[in-house]
Amino acid sequence: MIAYILRSLAQAVMVMLAVALLAFSMFRFVGDPVANMVGQEASVAERAELAERLGLNDPFPVQFFHFVRDMTRGEFGMSYRQGRPVKDLLAERVPATVELALLSSLFALVFGIALGVYAAINRRGVLANAAMSLSLIGVSLPTFLIGIGLIYLFAVELRWLPSFGRGEVTRFGWWSTGLLTETGRKSLIMPVLTLGFFQLTLIMRLVRAEMLEALRTDYVKFARARGIPERSISFRHALRNTMIPVVTIAGLQFGSVIAFAIVTETVFQWPGLGALFVQAVQFVDIPVMAAYLMFVALVFVVVNLSVDLLYFALDPRLRGTTAAPAR
Amino acid sequence: MRAPTPQAERFSARLARAWDSDVAWSFRHSPVAIIAAVVVLVLLLGAVLAPWIAPQNAFDAASLNLMDGFTRPGEPSAVTGRVFLLGTDDQGRDMLSAILYGSRVSLLVGFASVVFSIVIGVSLGLMAGYLGGRTDAFIMRIADIQLSFPAILIALLVFGVARGLIKPQYHEQAAIIVLIVAIGLSNWASYARTVRGSTLVEKNKDYVMSARVMGRSAFAIMGRHVLPNVTGPVLVIATINLALAIIAESTLSFLGVGVPPTQPSLGTLIRVGQQFLFSGEWWILFYPALDLVLLALSINLLGDWLRDALNPKLR
Repeated sequence: MIAYILRSLAQAVMVMLAVALLAFSMFRFVGDPVANMVGQEASVAERAELAERLGLNDPFPVQFFHFVRDMTRGEFGMSYRQGRPVKDLLAERVPATVELALLSSLFALVFGIALGVYAAINRRGVLANAAMSLSLIGVSLPTFLIGIGLIYLFAVELRWLPSFGRGEVTRFGWWSTGLLTETGRKSLIMPVLTLGFFQLTLIMRLVRAEMLEALRTDYVKFARARGIPERSISFRHALRNTMIPVVTIAGLQFGSVIAFAIVTETVFQWPGLGALFVQAVQFVDIPVMAAYLMFVALVFVVVNLSVDLLYFALDPRLRGTTAAPAR
Repeated sequence: MRAPTPQAERFSARLARAWDSDVAWSFRHSPVAIIAAVVVLVLLLGAVLAPWIAPQNAFDAASLNLMDGFTRPGEPSAVTGRVFLLGTDDQGRDMLSAILYGSRVSLLVGFASVVFSIVIGVSLGLMAGYLGGRTDAFIMRIADIQLSFPAILIALLVFGVARGLIKPQYHEQAAIIVLIVAIGLSNWASYARTVRGSTLVEKNKDYVMSARVMGRSAFAIMGRHVLPNVTGPVLVIATINLALAIIAESTLSFLGVGVPPTQPSLGTLIRVGQQFLFSGEWWILFYPALDLVLLALSINLLGDWLRDALNPKLR
């Protein structure tokens, strides 16, 4: 087991280094870092001095080493467009995105599992079939259209929910949350629904398929023969064994949650990282783009590691061996 | 009556054979596939023929009249009396024409980016499968990493980098090409994976062995012998990826990083229409969105059908 964890860790570090190399090449070769930092009227001497100070004359591996060292300290340089440290820009916006992504994942997991179990138990039910067809359409609907549809319904027609922003937020040091005020909670509803919808359909279909599989197995038949109540069979016996693929997929999907957050945040003018990234792409603000790339890679690597570790918690059979679990 | 020429005869024989083939049979017996195909065909024709069938050249400022701004769907123009079937936007632009021209851009980017990613994905997949060893490990490692990152993120990154490399005055002209490259680069990995798998199976068959004995080069064998035998799954992925590419294009344009407003796609039209949602002019947003959803849904359904039709196990 320890060998397995070490191997996962080594892989995670390799991926981070590969992404860092990509981010570094972007920073170094797209546009001229010096020209982006000084004004038009800077003299040649000033430019050369800045290039020297930034270490741009060092050999490539040395520069890359410094880049990685700065990254691990959270130093991503200055935003070309806003003239502020990228670190501060990120810190301002991380809470909004993390809150949104976590809440919509929670929403998708809770409702996805519940609907999936329901659809598997009542296979021929009207509600179950309706949920399944709805999920098919959901896959073909672009995220931004779902968001716009919700805005039209709840903000324009019914006027129940605000159409943009986070509402009032409460601050705790550098963290901020919208959960403690009414406007904050109201502002969260539509973005969470929008972002969670795609995940929900995915989890629901997966849980249904896995449950149907599990309900056919011998141990379920045996549990029935022992007279264990149906409810307990569904949740204690069948659902438990469907959790491994569900946790894997839900975990690996966290990357796409972050990506769909780009779109959701733009639709709802949510002051998060995704909106920051879209602006950075529009204005070719390379340091911000590089920092965002590193952030997404970090989330991705951490999630993958935790999914790997969760296998051990969920599947006792794996604990004895050092082999990698089959995916 | 003249006797049919040999060419016409051969052509009709080929047509009859195609009509009798398994795929055609399953098509004739799948109402969903037929409806989806008709929808795709209609939207496709509308886009291709836009310059001839659109009531108005939607992006020629001279043909617009501000007096017609915000005409409701089905109401006549205040100037010419012509009816605007789907209404007009704030500048008096006929929405039907805007959609016909817009889906032209969307479909162009969609098709071109799919072709681009097929070319990259299939060649890398063939090389990985046929050459094996380090080439294989290297290519598939990149594909793995890329597949775990969402396509839209990669497309945005490529777009941003391309913008940084191209001089600002060329941004508008280059936008469509940059978009095609960005979406194409974000989708090649799934082709590479599939083609690699089929190539691994094909490369041990006798015909490859005999080609090798004949002394043909590795690249000739890959291109002339293996390639024609691994195209089936590629077609299925290409269909589904076409829907994904069209959605990706509209998403990027919606985010404001796609095509410039002077040459809008469906995504740009939706982005523009969103501003008018609050004042009640719903049609400016609704019809482009409907067109986009119909297009994506029908292509997806066609892709699903094709996957089942080409898979003999499911018959």
